[in-house]
Amino acid sequence: MSEQPHISIRGVTMAYGPRLIQRDLSFDVNRGDIFVIMGGSGCGKSTLLKHMLGLIQPAAGDILYNGKSFTRADPASRDAMRRGWGITYQSGGLFSSMTVGENVTLPMQLYTRYSEAEIRDVVNYKLALVGLAGYQSYYPSEISGGMRKRAALARAIALDPDILFFDEPSAGLDPISSSLLDELIVQLKESIGATVVMVTHELPSIFSIANNSVYLDANSKTMIAYGNPRELRDHSDQPVVRQFLAREASAAAENAQ
Amino acid sequence: MNPQAPAYELIEDAPHALRLTLSGDWVQAQAIPDFPALRSELLALSPEQLAVDGSSLGEWDSLLMAFLLQCHSFCSAEQIPFAAHNLPGSANRLLEVATAVPSHQRPQEVRPPLLERLNPLVALRSLWADLRESVAFLGDLGIGLARLVSGRANTRFSDFRHFCYQAGPDAFAIISLTSILVGMILAYLGAVQLKLFGAEIYVADLVLIGMLREMGVLMTAVVMAGRTGAAYAAQLGTMQTNEEIDAITTMGVSPVEFLVLPRVLALLVMLPLLTIYADLLGVIGGAIVAGGMGITMLQYSAQIQDAISLTHFMVGLSKSLVFAVLIAVAGCRSGMQSGRGSAAVGNAATDAVVTAIVYLIVADAAMNIFYQQLGI
Ligand SMILES: Nc1ncnc2c1ncn2[C@@H]1O[C@H](COP(=O)(O)OP(=O)(O)OP(=O)(O)O)[C@@H](O)[C@H]1O
Ligand SMILES: [Mg+2]
Repeated sequence: MSEQPHISIRGVTMAYGPRLIQRDLSFDVNRGDIFVIMGGSGCGKSTLLKHMLGLIQPAAGDILYNGKSFTRADPASRDAMRRGWGITYQSGGLFSSMTVGENVTLPMQLYTRYSEAEIRDVVNYKLALVGLAGYQSYYPSEISGGMRKRAALARAIALDPDILFFDEPSAGLDPISSSLLDELIVQLKESIGATVVMVTHELPSIFSIANNSVYLDANSKTMIAYGNPRELRDHSDQPVVRQFLAREASAAAENAQ
Repeated sequence: MNPQAPAYELIEDAPHALRLTLSGDWVQAQAIPDFPALRSELLALSPEQLAVDGSSLGEWDSLLMAFLLQCHSFCSAEQIPFAAHNLPGSANRLLEVATAVPSHQRPQEVRPPLLERLNPLVALRSLWADLRESVAFLGDLGIGLARLVSGRANTRFSDFRHFCYQAGPDAFAIISLTSILVGMILAYLGAVQLKLFGAEIYVADLVLIGMLREMGVLMTAVVMAGRTGAAYAAQLGTMQTNEEIDAITTMGVSPVEFLVLPRVLALLVMLPLLTIYADLLGVIGGAIVAGGMGITMLQYSAQIQDAISLTHFMVGLSKSLVFAVLIAVAGCRSGMQSGRGSAAVGNAATDAVVTAIVYLIVADAAMNIFYQQLGI
């Protein structure tokens, strides 16, 4: 394996029309990283994720996967690159006219050579992984918000993807499901060697599973910290970043009393 | 490296203690062994414990995990102790994650037997329930209207204006096209018959009365049912899906006052105006055809002036008021009662258009009979 980063963001500027969201973002995500995008609400985390997914074109700069430009790739090769990705959106993105089982089945029908029976077994397994075994025949509108999040996750991992993009996967989950989800993310990373890029505010999961991160600042409209979140918490030269990450420490101190 | 065919083997270590050894590459495009086959073997042997041994396992992916999960579920259903040895580390932990939450059993839905579903009484009862809901909706609307008149309703004038704009000016182009064409169709229809009697000039009467009393208002209403009624249903259905209607309700605002009333009122104002416009264009359409038949503009307009009467005009206008309420109510009711999700919103929109058109035709027939009896 070469030392080439899996994903490289090179001088990306993001804007909605004339409205600048973030500028001059440059960072790397290495293969096998669990990478967290942090920042206050509305600073552009989901927007950055959408740029990485190619749903929005950057106003400037380039995004590379394995050293190949994604921004300048033609639609066919973009689709080919996207095939190895699993994605969950901030508001789920499940197809509401299909049952949970059909939602997970769809990517396998499209992109694998599994037989009908194999698909059924794998769907059962993927749903069991996210704690939704037995919910195959429910429609998204018949399950809870947190369950929808997990069903979307099951669909994202249906094809054993190379890169997983999660937008707030654990928002709306109880602490136990949330820690199971962390365990699942780590195991997925280890078993299929996936790189995980996620947006999350859950400090416990940031500290327990993430090994790399970037902090987007809403005031200066650029990234102000990059690195392992545990080190950033203790040694960042930016007080905002330390505060953001230290709420966990103060909460833990309160618990200890 | 050549992939090896995936396989399993059941070995009896001790009486009733089975070992399941897995070998080969359990990956996509290999012939993965069937679990049902293993299941029947296990059932025949009825073991008291089962240990999975993965020491000679090659490559693996989700297919192996799906197989293992089925073994695990089978064992827990049969209450056989299950153990896994020498599995790759992450396979072991993935299995733990997958089995952490027990499988959910969907409660059986009680489906009424066929006989009961075909029973006309049941059908009648559901029709009755539907009718009651409609009446209840109309009642809510009436209450909202009363509150509006007394100035206590949470209806925003800006919403009303916005919907007026959507229902009126935005619909001009399509109404212009349809009503000119309808006027021409009426003229052609009459021209052929009237020519037999040498009474071509009465085409003007036919077009005028036909447009004012019937076709102008009906065609406009049908177009608006497809355009605005469906839009109302889709808007409200999407709001239902996004829990926006819940949010409005919990803010202490009646969704009928806030969402339905401005829509109904906007259509109530705009449909009569559009009808007048359609009548005018229909008469012009008739003039074009009449001109082609050799009737001069002067003759045509003189004949129109003779035939025009306030009664015909008012008949059409009264219909347009009724139709406006029917279209808006059908659209808003379908939207408010829509289920959640994209399919449900689609159904609501279809429902809105279909019910609106049925209502329109029934109401039109009823009003025609009524006016006939009154001799208007
Ligand atoms: N489609 C859009 N058009 C214009 N502006 C947008 C659009 N989507 C988002 N924005 C703006 O871009 C900014 C960043 O939005 P984004 O959704 O990326 O925030 P976020 O960091 O993901 O926040 P949160 O943590 O609340 O999800 C916000 O100020 C928002 O107003
Ligand atoms: Mg977001």
